[in-house]
Amino acid sequence: MAQETLFEPWNDPNESPLIQFKNVTKKFGDFTAIDDLTQDIYAKEFFALLGPSGCGKTTMMRMLGGFETPTSGTIQIAGQDMNNVPPNKRAVNMMFQSYALFPHLSIYENIAFGLRRTDMAKGAIDARVNEMLKLTRLEKFAQRKPHQISGGQRQRVALARSLAKAPKLLLLDEPLGALDKKLRQDTQFELMDIQEKTGTTFVIVTHDQEEAMTVASRVAVMDEGRIIQVATPDVIYEAPNTTYVADFIGDVNLIKGTVELRVSSAPVNDPEPGAVAENIVDETPSPQPNKLGEWIHDKLLSPIIGERIEPIKRLPPPSTAELAASQEKMQTAQDGGLLLNWSDKNPTIIVSNGDETKDGATLTFAIRPEKLNISKTKPDAPNALQGKVIDIAYLGNVSTYYVELIGGQMIKAQMANARRLARRDITWEDDVWVSFTDTAGVLLER
Amino acid sequence: MRRFSLIAVPYIWLLALFLIPFLIVLKISLSDAALAIPPYAPQLDFAGGWGAVKAFFADLDFENFEFLTTDDLYWKAYLSSLKIALISTGFTLLIGYPIAYSMARAAPEWRPTLLMLVILPFWTSFLIRVYAWMGILSNEGLLNQFLLWSGLISEPLTILNTNTAVYIGIVYTYLPFMILPIYSALEKMDDSLLEAAEDLGCSRTSAFWLVTVPLSKTGIIAGCLLVFIPTLGEFVIPSLLGGSQTLMIGKVLWEEFFNNRDWPVASAVAIILLLILIIPIILFQRNEQKQREAEGQ
Repeated sequence: MAQETLFEPWNDPNESPLIQFKNVTKKFGDFTAIDDLTQDIYAKEFFALLGPSGCGKTTMMRMLGGFETPTSGTIQIAGQDMNNVPPNKRAVNMMFQSYALFPHLSIYENIAFGLRRTDMAKGAIDARVNEMLKLTRLEKFAQRKPHQISGGQRQRVALARSLAKAPKLLLLDEPLGALDKKLRQDTQFELMDIQEKTGTTFVIVTHDQEEAMTVASRVAVMDEGRIIQVATPDVIYEAPNTTYVADFIGDVNLIKGTVELRVSSAPVNDPEPGAVAENIVDETPSPQPNKLGEWIHDKLLSPIIGERIEPIKRLPPPSTAELAASQEKMQTAQDGGLLLNWSDKNPTIIVSNGDETKDGATLTFAIRPEKLNISKTKPDAPNALQGKVIDIAYLGNVSTYYVELIGGQMIKAQMANARRLARRDITWEDDVWVSFTDTAGVLLER
Repeated sequence: MRRFSLIAVPYIWLLALFLIPFLIVLKISLSDAALAIPPYAPQLDFAGGWGAVKAFFADLDFENFEFLTTDDLYWKAYLSSLKIALISTGFTLLIGYPIAYSMARAAPEWRPTLLMLVILPFWTSFLIRVYAWMGILSNEGLLNQFLLWSGLISEPLTILNTNTAVYIGIVYTYLPFMILPIYSALEKMDDSLLEAAEDLGCSRTSAFWLVTVPLSKTGIIAGCLLVFIPTLGEFVIPSLLGGSQTLMIGKVLWEEFFNNRDWPVASAVAIILLLILIIPIILFQRNEQKQREAEGQ
């Protein structure tokens, strides 16, 4: 990670991009595959194009390879306009989804194929092929035919062949699609390793979000011929810019509501912020307004100080054991941000990282299931919602709880299975609390 | 037992329809011509007992094969047949490959139609199609009429009853046998292989020679053998379209059987023809097996 944070040419105004898409549109008949797309890709990047099938990611890659020409707009590689350059004249190589190994040639000859098309000396070709064989650990298979080796080895041959000519840019079209999961994970790391060793710019097309997140320095999420968001994997995951991106990358809970500014800097659900910092010992209920107080607040004060915040149902003070358990998870809300009104029957959600200029807008709150905590007793968290467990999906390492909140909103919470299944204390039909911090989710406009 | 009977069926078939007739022909080729019915001697006479069988085998000899070497008609006919078969196979390949290639490149919805068009001639009798060529190629035929009308020639061309007519007939007749295996090899080819070749620096032309042609090799070999093998012994086309100077072993064979009524010599000619054909047939089988192995992977 440390290395990746250092490598950020897209934030450096002095860097000039290797690849520039400038208002590129590509149409196939009536169908618009790429819609007025502008994007820069920098040298030595590992750039992932991620999207569902038909989103235009493969078309984008094929345009880089020279197999398609843009209907309008230009693509530049290293400052050179590529629109009329055929594939065989580009310093770009592609690793095909089907690998496209020549079945009539040996592994050695497959790798040498591109080099033999140049005026490279025989000895130099041999040296380069051997170097590639070594890089991809295929020395033993040099004389075999492609059908005599396994899928994973074929994939490495395809990679070696496309790297043999030392291209400026390597395109990878769903390179790991044909491999099983274990092999795919190993190969992902191999790819990253090779990318680092060779210093080549990689552009990878994939529909597998995990793969994109693992290998890429930046991920572009595409939909219907447009790039929706380009960012580092962590930003894409933690701060998606639309519900589409949030939904496409991983699992997400989406809650729609209207936002308002938070009235006070004090955490709303916690009675005494000072005490929170010191790990609350006594939780005596603070004075509650009586009917008159409520009336006065609602009718007179609310335009000035904001809406009255319904104190949520109070449970009896926690026992010492419960307190000890919750101490570790003790969280406190930061100042500022927004409140999300989304249901009459549930408390507002505190989003302290919300953009305060959005006051009054209708937004969607997105939160990842693994950012939710689920417990049978009311937890000490800025946000805690009550509901009932409808379903539990046991996935081995984690379990996903489907909780129906009061009012019917379904929410997914994911918890690591730290205990054995038999000792799980939450089960179907249990009344539970779903809690999360004030910065766990994001508010999205669309 | 069940398995055995299953395997037995094709073997009995081969035994009854290939091996036994072959042995009969072989036996006739070792006999002497005779004015009798059937026109050769000796006849196998089991009624005569062991002595008769021994006498029968004593009468068999290689006389007819020796005769084939004394008359240069025969080896000239073999050579000429080989030449005609080779040249027409070459032409069939030259014409068939582009057709198969463009069929394989055509839009998928067109391919079944194109394929049917290739097979369509088989719906008409082979003899009628060859006769139709006589109508086209004769001095007063459609081709000459058209050329005269268009002013390209002032005298009708003599095509019928020449080797040219034989080549035309053979190429026309056997073209589908060349197109179909090449088409099936090309159709299976993954287009991304050509893209990969271009990506690695090939021009379109060199990608064709370096990728497409090697990958359709099995189809080319199968097609060539499917054309070459029957052409070598072809009789109908040279006798209908060819002239007196068209020398082909099929015609010689026919004349020995029906004009000279010399069954033993004719059988000897047939045996030699078979021996010549065994080489390409074995090659064909090897090719098929190789292809199956490659696909089996």
